[in-house]
Amino acid sequence: MNILSLFPAIPAAMMLGLWLSRNIRQIHAVMVTGSSLLLAFAIYLVFAYLGMRADGQTAEMLLTDSHIWYAPLNIHYAVGVDGISVAMLLLSAIIVFTGTFASWKMTDGTKEFFLWFCLLSVGVFGFFISLDLFTMFMFYEVALIPMYLLIGVWGTGRKEYSAMKLTLMLMGGSALILIGILGIYFGSGATTMNIMEIAQLHNIPLSMQRIWFPIVFIGFGVLGALFPFHTWSPDGHASAPTAVSMLHAGVLMKLGGYGCFRIAIYLLPDAAQELSWIFIILTTISVVYGAFSACVQTDLKYINAYSSVSHCGLVLFAILMLNTTAATGAVLQMLSHGLMTALFFALIGMIYGRTHTRDIRELSGLMKIMPFLSVCYVIAGLANLGLPGLSGFVAEMTIFNGAFMVHDTFHRVVTIIACTSIVITAVYILRLIGKILYGTCTNPEHLKLTDATWDERLAVIVLIVAIAGLGLSPLWMSGMISDSIVPIVSHILN
Amino acid sequence: MDYSAIFSYMYTETALIGVMVAAFLYDLIAGKKGRRFFHPFVCTLMLLFIAGTIVPYHRESAEIFGGMYVYNPVFGIVKSILATGTLIVFLQADSWLRREDTEFKRGEFYVLTLSTLIGMDFMISAGHFMMFFIGMELASVPMACLVAFDKYRNNSAEAGAKYILSALFASGLMLYGISFLYGTTGTLYFDDMTAKMEGSPLQILAMVFFFSGLGFKISLVPFHLWTADTYQGAPTSVTSYLSVISKGAAAFTLMAILVKVFAPMVQYWQMLLYIIIILSITIANIFAIRQKDLKRFLAFSSISQAGYIMLAVISGTPYGMTSLIFYVLVYMVANLAAFGVISAVEQNSGGKVCMDDWNGLYRTNPKLALTMTLALFSLAGIPPFAGFFSKFFIFAAAFEQGFHVLVFIALINTVISLYYYLLVVKAMFINKSDSPIASFRSDCSTRIGLALCLAGVLVLGIASSVYDGINMFTFGL
Repeated sequence: MNILSLFPAIPAAMMLGLWLSRNIRQIHAVMVTGSSLLLAFAIYLVFAYLGMRADGQTAEMLLTDSHIWYAPLNIHYAVGVDGISVAMLLLSAIIVFTGTFASWKMTDGTKEFFLWFCLLSVGVFGFFISLDLFTMFMFYEVALIPMYLLIGVWGTGRKEYSAMKLTLMLMGGSALILIGILGIYFGSGATTMNIMEIAQLHNIPLSMQRIWFPIVFIGFGVLGALFPFHTWSPDGHASAPTAVSMLHAGVLMKLGGYGCFRIAIYLLPDAAQELSWIFIILTTISVVYGAFSACVQTDLKYINAYSSVSHCGLVLFAILMLNTTAATGAVLQMLSHGLMTALFFALIGMIYGRTHTRDIRELSGLMKIMPFLSVCYVIAGLANLGLPGLSGFVAEMTIFNGAFMVHDTFHRVVTIIACTSIVITAVYILRLIGKILYGTCTNPEHLKLTDATWDERLAVIVLIVAIAGLGLSPLWMSGMISDSIVPIVSHILN
Repeated sequence: MDYSAIFSYMYTETALIGVMVAAFLYDLIAGKKGRRFFHPFVCTLMLLFIAGTIVPYHRESAEIFGGMYVYNPVFGIVKSILATGTLIVFLQADSWLRREDTEFKRGEFYVLTLSTLIGMDFMISAGHFMMFFIGMELASVPMACLVAFDKYRNNSAEAGAKYILSALFASGLMLYGISFLYGTTGTLYFDDMTAKMEGSPLQILAMVFFFSGLGFKISLVPFHLWTADTYQGAPTSVTSYLSVISKGAAAFTLMAILVKVFAPMVQYWQMLLYIIIILSITIANIFAIRQKDLKRFLAFSSISQAGYIMLAVISGTPYGMTSLIFYVLVYMVANLAAFGVISAVEQNSGGKVCMDDWNGLYRTNPKLALTMTLALFSLAGIPPFAGFFSKFFIFAAAFEQGFHVLVFIALINTVISLYYYLLVVKAMFINKSDSPIASFRSDCSTRIGLALCLAGVLVLGIASSVYDGINMFTFGL
């Protein structure tokens, strides 16, 4: 058995373990063991991958494996990783690990909550290791459906409305993806479902590509919060329980960007070059509009959700530039946004758990009451607005650098427009921090609150270490990513 | 005439008649004590029957009775699938049959159900329109009795009347169509007829009439008007039988006959199906959203599912045939699971079948709620459950033949269908209720039935061997 299969297999085994668990201690034991195992395994994979590259293995995908599944449609269970997927697997493992600790205090329906949470992880991990269109799509949908129950049952606020809206919009997107996949499969001669082989064949007629590219791009774009299909995101994130917000904004939205890059652009390169301008305009709107919307929100989660729309828009914006630098920046941004948005949602969850409000008008002076959480909140905010030394700076710098490298007026103008989002981000983040953390606390009830407990500290510290690690020494990660992007970009441009 | 051929090729029907006669005799002979073992007796017989016929005895097709009856391994596969479904219905029907007002009619239920199954088997294996028609009638007349089984309940009797009237009308239409075919071709044998099909207006009219007749059975829009009332009125076990077995058999036969007999008129029936599919899926979905009665709800869901099944028919390829059989199998386990849960709740809560009564079911009966959820997810086509795979295959089959827009419309409809399936999930998991259905333990027989269905929902997709097995035989067709 290929070692990559362990990634979806471990959460599946955790589900079995949870099923058999009798009390909360056993549930926690299963979750901690499983998620630590995943994290350790993801870190091991990074080193193993770098080691194999150092040994001179130049194949695009490493650790590949393929088993025939449904012969009449050439469906295989095919797995393999390159630098991009390794980075995404690491991100997912970190978020699952910290998500477990962030929901440590959950009391109602813990077992079911973690069961669905693990099913979600099966889908996420399976998606990033898959090389087969069908298998990839299957894992994609496995990751979507548990959201409905996770938000609907354990959420807050208008949870039923948000859960239904989110599920239906994402499923609508996946309907587009499905027809796109069929189009790609039959358009390339119906001989293989393997992504690498379809790319090698490179035989889908341009007239077909023009139809399927927008369909697949929008399909994945829905999950990547592409304007105007982002409306599920603020409601969904605001209603979801903490760990689910973390996993959803941190990892699930990356499925969208990854899919756009790996399937829409890589397999339909000619149409991607021809039609990218349409989506560049849409993503530029996402970036600026998301940032402006965040400025006027009063709910902490809504602010962060709109900020996610803006930052995920930047991911799609970068991959549409179709050059190595920008695409590397896109993957770095996925990592960076995944980590810092998870940190944000974790902190918001912890603050909400104490104050029972997320309205910024009711919060102030938290720095004196819960210094640990507040300092972490400041760090998350600084990472979000792109302070050098934290991950956001590295990612955004690379993206704008790469985008500006495209020599024509259109691309340069949109790049400049998109750059303004940095300033707007600074506006809403600094205003927010000033409002809720500093000043004097007006609500006497809040003075009685306590600071973070050990499980919360652990989750937060792991995320901050990852953010700072990526920000302080980005080269090994960006080197690993760009090595894998070079062959993809050269394939797209030829 | 060599009568050994009957047993050699008609073994399914022969054995099934044996089972039916045995059930009939048991009903006559068994005393008060013996009747307690009636249910296990029939279920064991069915199990033996399925075990004996599940693998086709001959690999090549054959004709007996001068071409009236056709043997084909694919037909054998379909018949075993239908028989398995019937067994599951029997298992789930026990708690209902044990009620005082139905206990004395238990034998009738078995005999009538088996006789419809025999009718369907003959319909599938027909090589001649007369044979086909007799099979179909044998399947529909006892069905009307089954629908009106709870004859002292008004809506059951009303459902029976509605069913028999629509069925008769459908049969009449179909006979009219067949008479046109006979008039233009001079024969009723499928094989001879194909050569004489040239697509003249009269033959097109005949094809449309024939199609309408089967459309009633499959309950496609616009021939669906009887469906909701009949499904609601009939006893739940009969509804589940009607929605799965009867529909599956008719859909398969429709495809076999369209592909075989009407092959020269392919562009006409594809156009017809194109419109029917869009109508069936869309209209049924829109109506399903508003339903509060779960049986009516599943009635509209099953009309929409029938539209999806037609996607495999429209492709007209051997691959489409494999997808159709696989879809019917997967739809069968999922739908029977859903009806099984509805029936169990209905029997144990004094007849509650309204969606609002189901609020908070997860709190009181978590296992049943979970079973229902998985069944609905499978019906909606959510992976990793079997429904996702079967839906993907029928979409691929239709897409391969160039029906891109049609597949797109069908896909958009899966999102709508997900909405109303989630409404039930929402009722069970999210909605709170002051008076939820009390916690109960369903009887052994129901649990075996549900476990079988659940195993099918979980395993059929992930394990590709079932699909490969069907595929192996279809390419011989």
